[in-house]
Amino acid sequence: MTILYLILFLLGAGLVACLVERTNANAPRWISLLAFIVATIWTGAIWLGGADPETGFYTTGELSWIPALGINVLLKVDGLSLVLVGLTNILGVIAVVSSWSEISVSRGFFQFNILWVMAGVVGVFCAYDLFLFFFFWEVMLIPMYFLIAIWGHEDRSYAAMKFFLFTQVSGLLMLVAIIALVWLNYENTGVITFSYDELLNVELSGTVASLLMLGFFIAFITKLPSVPVHTWLPDAHTQAPTAGSVILAGILLKTGGYGLIRFTVPLFEEASRDFAFVAMLLGVISILYGGYMAYSQSDFKRLVAYSSIAHMGFILVGVYAFNELGMQGAIVTMIAHGFSTAALFMMAGSLQERLHTREMSKMGGLWVKAPRMGAMTMFFVIASVGMPGLGNFIGEFLVLLGAFKVNVPLTVLATIGIVVAAVYGLSLMQRSFQGTPNAQVATMQDFGFRELSVYAIMIVALVWIGVYPQHVLDLAQPTLDALGIAL
Amino acid sequence: MTLTDLWVSFPLVVLVGGTLVLMIGVSIVRTHKLALGLTLLTLILSLAAHDIALDHIPEGGYELLGLLHVSGVQVFFNALFLLGAIVTALFAYPYFDARVERCEEFYILLLTATAGAMVVAAATHFASFVLGLEILSISLYALIAYPRQSHAPLEAAAKYLVLSAVASSAILMGMALIYVASGTMAFAEITLSPESGERSYFLLGQALICVGIAFKLSLVPFHMWTPDVYQGAPAVVTGYVATVSKGAVIALLITYVQATEVLSYDGVFYAVVFVAVASMIVGNLLALLQTNVKRLLAYSSIAHLGYLLIAVLVVNSARPELVLETILLYMAAYFIITLAAFGIVNLTSEHETEDNEKLEAYTGLFWRNPLLASILTVVALALAGIPLTIGFIAKFYVFAAGVEGTAWALIWALLIGSAIGVFYYLRLIYTMVKEVQPGATALPRIGNQSVVAVTVLGLLIVVLGVYPTPMIDMIRSIVQASGF
Repeated sequence: MTILYLILFLLGAGLVACLVERTNANAPRWISLLAFIVATIWTGAIWLGGADPETGFYTTGELSWIPALGINVLLKVDGLSLVLVGLTNILGVIAVVSSWSEISVSRGFFQFNILWVMAGVVGVFCAYDLFLFFFFWEVMLIPMYFLIAIWGHEDRSYAAMKFFLFTQVSGLLMLVAIIALVWLNYENTGVITFSYDELLNVELSGTVASLLMLGFFIAFITKLPSVPVHTWLPDAHTQAPTAGSVILAGILLKTGGYGLIRFTVPLFEEASRDFAFVAMLLGVISILYGGYMAYSQSDFKRLVAYSSIAHMGFILVGVYAFNELGMQGAIVTMIAHGFSTAALFMMAGSLQERLHTREMSKMGGLWVKAPRMGAMTMFFVIASVGMPGLGNFIGEFLVLLGAFKVNVPLTVLATIGIVVAAVYGLSLMQRSFQGTPNAQVATMQDFGFRELSVYAIMIVALVWIGVYPQHVLDLAQPTLDALGIAL
Repeated sequence: MTLTDLWVSFPLVVLVGGTLVLMIGVSIVRTHKLALGLTLLTLILSLAAHDIALDHIPEGGYELLGLLHVSGVQVFFNALFLLGAIVTALFAYPYFDARVERCEEFYILLLTATAGAMVVAAATHFASFVLGLEILSISLYALIAYPRQSHAPLEAAAKYLVLSAVASSAILMGMALIYVASGTMAFAEITLSPESGERSYFLLGQALICVGIAFKLSLVPFHMWTPDVYQGAPAVVTGYVATVSKGAVIALLITYVQATEVLSYDGVFYAVVFVAVASMIVGNLLALLQTNVKRLLAYSSIAHLGYLLIAVLVVNSARPELVLETILLYMAAYFIITLAAFGIVNLTSEHETEDNEKLEAYTGLFWRNPLLASILTVVALALAGIPLTIGFIAKFYVFAAGVEGTAWALIWALLIGSAIGVFYYLRLIYTMVKEVQPGATALPRIGNQSVVAVTVLGLLIVVLGVYPTPMIDMIRSIVQASGF
């Protein structure tokens, strides 16, 4: 039940943060920060508590919810879920700190939305009942919508609407697929159940399986996102407040990758195998297209947003390589990208706060004025470019290794994507922090202790994964073994 | 008339008796508060009488005088009507107290309309169908026009009167034709014998009845009256029209479809499929264009009844229990959500000469009145069918019924309709979270029973959305006992 309490704890903290604003306008952010720190330690404690040797789960929880329809609150945490829950909570801390002084209106409601988004994401990562999964999947949308629509930048209405519409509509396709799956299971066995473990055994004919698989697949690649359903992402990321971008890029996109690994592939193994080439192709297209688009951006945040599309392409390639290396690579990429992109979005937020612009043409030579910010940007640009020794490299390298066994031409194309990443990454660095100092920028306040300590967390995490990825690999391995597919 | 007959009809007797008492009471003392009190008392007593009636209804329902059939399903609908009427009465008190001089007759009309709805919902015979429908409709004409000094309600009532009369005459003509073909007016006996030469009469009759019903449910292409009437009528009455009058016809539709198996005729079936798809798509598309909240809700209700028709349409291909369960659950959700929606329109327009119905009037409501804005947000999310709200559970059931009935075309229409729907519901939410325009008037401080009623409805939407088990269990036991 621990995990259910963790979710309820985050939801409760959100309510408290919202209500306490009346008495003290600064209290909500402290409550939120504290809640995420507690949740992080809590997750750590679950990790240290170790997995049940028989089932491989760290903690499980079951509660009757709608028995008439065979729906239960069924939460289980295995290694993969645990890593992602940990990432969620750490990014929660980072998100709160990154928007520490950015928000001036209704701070309580702002923190409420952050906490509720994160609670929804934790639920998504742990749900073992398809109804519950869908429930959390949609629940995390609403607070995110508010984050963009209320505290976003100039074009927020359009961006928020686009984000919601894409995810909601693709989610409905998944809902139909879920219901159809449950109904087919009912026809076969006479039992109505939404339990993931039960539904793994449904026998499906080829066409039906393909159609249902597509329902899940489309929902997940919309969230990931992959070409051709990526168009919401640049708008949503650019318009969201810093905390919103951090959460979106750092963790919300990962729910798509997680969904592919947890649901699409195991539930429809045959259909997914048949579909693997198309999926990998989409991944490669995303890598190249994302890289190309990133290079052509003049907006700092938009560049990072497009680079996310490219990095997420690797996840698609890795998952559909259908081997252990590829899957492990996809998982490591999810974690590493979570940190590196969160850091870059935070940087974009800090720059916007100081310069009131995201246009790189109005920056230039900023390193001289703020060396700490420059160094930090440099580190995370290099990380996201894929420098060996840092997390992203491990992830993308494993993905390419896995894909190489399956399809050499696609792997070659994906590798070109890494070169493209170096081009746009370094161009980002040059245009903003190097070159001739922009005369219009007189002085710029450098990072203080608050920012540096958050960046330190992310640096440690990336170096840790980069130098000793075994922790993450070990955590994810049992999950991959238990997926029940021959890798 | 046996004693059981009396017990089963007891709720209706109480309601009609209460109406008479109110009528006499009003002619002696005209006090608004007393009228409200008597109305609420009558409605609550009638609700309580249902509990007694339930003890006397055998498994599978009870046939009353060959005109009405009362089972758990009808009791469920009646409970919805009575609760709808109670909420309407609560909303109406402050609304009319500030606007109209003589408010007492409103409550009499409200009670007669509710009685009419109860008769329609239980009808199994053309005679009771027409009687109930006319009692309901005639009360509604007057209810819509009740603030008689204003221009808009009168216009709306005139429109509704003319168009509704046309629909009623279509129904009557259809009945006549069916009577010619089958020689009976009781639903259960209406069949077309294979050797009958009156096939064309029969099908034309069914078509006319379907048209009339589609009109009353404001389904496309018989929806033209809806936005105008919704906009013109006072918000309290609109909420009542949108819920009780439609609920009654839906209840009748279930009985009618089940008894006459009218959907097994291909022509009728595909016509209804067309109507359902058109309602989902057209309703949502036109809602996109609205800048008036009442009109937006009108088109949204058109779309919602289109969704509900999916459940009706799969009656022959899915399990009948699931179909009935879906319809009852959807109706309950629809009642709660719609009443809350119009309750808020009503509350935000207090002390103004016109209803607060322009979309821009809601700009920044979140910062001006967080409670009402939160409830309206919940309502919008529920209408869009987003989880955490009862609207999602309802839509989930429709999906389930559609999948089980393998009605894929209808599911696609539902998907497309929902996608369009998200757009304008979100726009409403976005309007509320925008910054307050300088010069926007602060809302009046409202502290009365209507706020409580709206809050309760808002909470119900969320609580039943998160934990629907009690409601599902109750509906399931009703469905099982009804022997549908």
